[in-house]
Amino acid sequence: MKTVYQKSPGLTGVPLHYCPGCTHGIIHKLVAESLVELDVLGRAVAVAPVGCAVFAYEYFNCDAQEAAHGRAPAVATGIKRVRPDNIVFTYQGDGDLASIGMGEIVHAAMRGENITVVFVNNAIYGMTGGQMAPTTLVGQPTTTSPLGRSRLGQGAPLRVCEMLATIEATAYIARVSVHSIPRLNVAKRAIKKAFQLQIDNKGFSLVEVLSTCPTNWGLSPVDALRWVEQNMIPAYPLGVFKDSEGGS
Amino acid sequence: MKGNEAIAAAAINAGCRYFFGYPITPQNEIPEYMARELPKVGGTYVQAESEVAAINMVYGAAGAGARVLTSSSSPGISLMQEGISYIAGAELPCVLVNIMRAGPGLGGVQPAQADYFQATKGGGHGDYRVLVLAPANLQEAVDLTQLAFDLADKYRNPVMVLADGMIGQLMEPVELSPYQPACALPPKDWATTGTAESGGRRRIINSLYLYPDQLENHVRAIYRKYLEVERTEVRFELYQCEDADVVIVAYGTTSRIARSAIEKCRRLGLKVGLLRPITLYPFPLGAFDRVVDRTRAFLVVEMSMGQMLDDVKIAVAGRRPIAFYGRTGGIVPTPEEVVKQVQALLGGGGP
Repeated sequence: MKTVYQKSPGLTGVPLHYCPGCTHGIIHKLVAESLVELDVLGRAVAVAPVGCAVFAYEYFNCDAQEAAHGRAPAVATGIKRVRPDNIVFTYQGDGDLASIGMGEIVHAAMRGENITVVFVNNAIYGMTGGQMAPTTLVGQPTTTSPLGRSRLGQGAPLRVCEMLATIEATAYIARVSVHSIPRLNVAKRAIKKAFQLQIDNKGFSLVEVLSTCPTNWGLSPVDALRWVEQNMIPAYPLGVFKDSEGGS
Repeated sequence: MKGNEAIAAAAINAGCRYFFGYPITPQNEIPEYMARELPKVGGTYVQAESEVAAINMVYGAAGAGARVLTSSSSPGISLMQEGISYIAGAELPCVLVNIMRAGPGLGGVQPAQADYFQATKGGGHGDYRVLVLAPANLQEAVDLTQLAFDLADKYRNPVMVLADGMIGQLMEPVELSPYQPACALPPKDWATTGTAESGGRRRIINSLYLYPDQLENHVRAIYRKYLEVERTEVRFELYQCEDADVVIVAYGTTSRIARSAIEKCRRLGLKVGLLRPITLYPFPLGAFDRVVDRTRAFLVVEMSMGQMLDDVKIAVAGRRPIAFYGRTGGIVPTPEEVVKQVQALLGGGGP
């Protein structure tokens, strides 16, 4: 019998705690497969965030450090500077990276730290129960913007890729989505490329992945995928914003 | 050598190859020395975007198995408290240097000892302690900095060298002898090196325990280390206490002032000695038992409104009166001021 599909050995097999219909599991899989296919799982060190993916260290089948909220890029910097041959990546949500950890991500990018960042944007604080994030869409209701996020006073979505792409020392900045199979394949290629650039010592790489939060959006898993396509992508255009090697 | 440079040189001598920091007066000679000297020995200096980032870089580097240092001064150390709590919680070794300046708030850049509570009682959130070493001269600053790395590795806990702007800026001759570890150092078989290098078993650096019984067990295990620290790592100095009617209790800069004051007192026929804590945590409680029977009173001298004073009260436990003399805001007390305090104390009851 021929094996045509198997769970990636890049994952430990510990059952994921994510809500039904959440796309964190898919993104974990893409990261794990990339590490295995590039043959770097044995020298990978993950940095887990605070947020829904706080238990990422239970799932990725490699060494890991758990960081304080928002500090993953600083922790990754410490690891990578000590052990440049390790493949160091952070896995961060939008509250972690785009709010409390904005200083750390901008300056890791500014230094051109040779790390890879997987940035999961679902436009809401998931773990804490659906509060407004800096990436929440204008008009999107959350528990702390019950009338919908207002442009004045609560602001408009922060576009992390566009911002970081202006930073000279970045090697690769891309935004992808996992709401459909074709998009998922593009996302996989982007994540793999980001790791390849780190292996080649090209510097800072970040892939933003648009993700769902059916629980806190109050949508079914299928409707949540549709919401990504219809509402998030117009606010967060997909594409490659920076590629130091050219091409996309 | 300047105090700050001596501390930096001692760190490199002890095998520290990584420094993460952020500029703040009056400790800038430490990062500047490290930026200049670390590359020469194959080390790495990173200027972080903030003290918050710096301490988290320390966390990552310590978790990767390195000997790592950061230094700052009072307001910057406040910013690092979150990270120090995580480092203690994840049981990582690192050395912190606090060259204290006057507070609260932005305060001033002159010397102070007003971070004693923050340094010795935890500082950040949760149940943990930081080992705190307080040098009074530059040779001791060198020796204690090197010892700090050994203690950090031995106990897998942050260790702080606590000095102030005066010691940081002071110039004294120091001797840097070839470094020898002060104790047997355990292997870092917990460091995240990648599973390929460690033989397959995953290594996780973490302080998250969502089940209360697991977290309590974890904290109890950490506190068993502190029990051992309190049993074996206490360091202090007794100076002219044999016949002292008054024992001055002071550490760091104020212990230097106290020493001058004691000389003046002795010339005036006043029998005064010094009890100088070298480790502030663990605090030398037992040292007080050695002098309490012979002395009539204690005089605590600090460059603060009275912080170590609380620990002295615990140590003396009501057996003798305790007087306090403190200057703050960046003012260093003079020996004459201390002599006056001694005279007032002895004049009160008559010798």
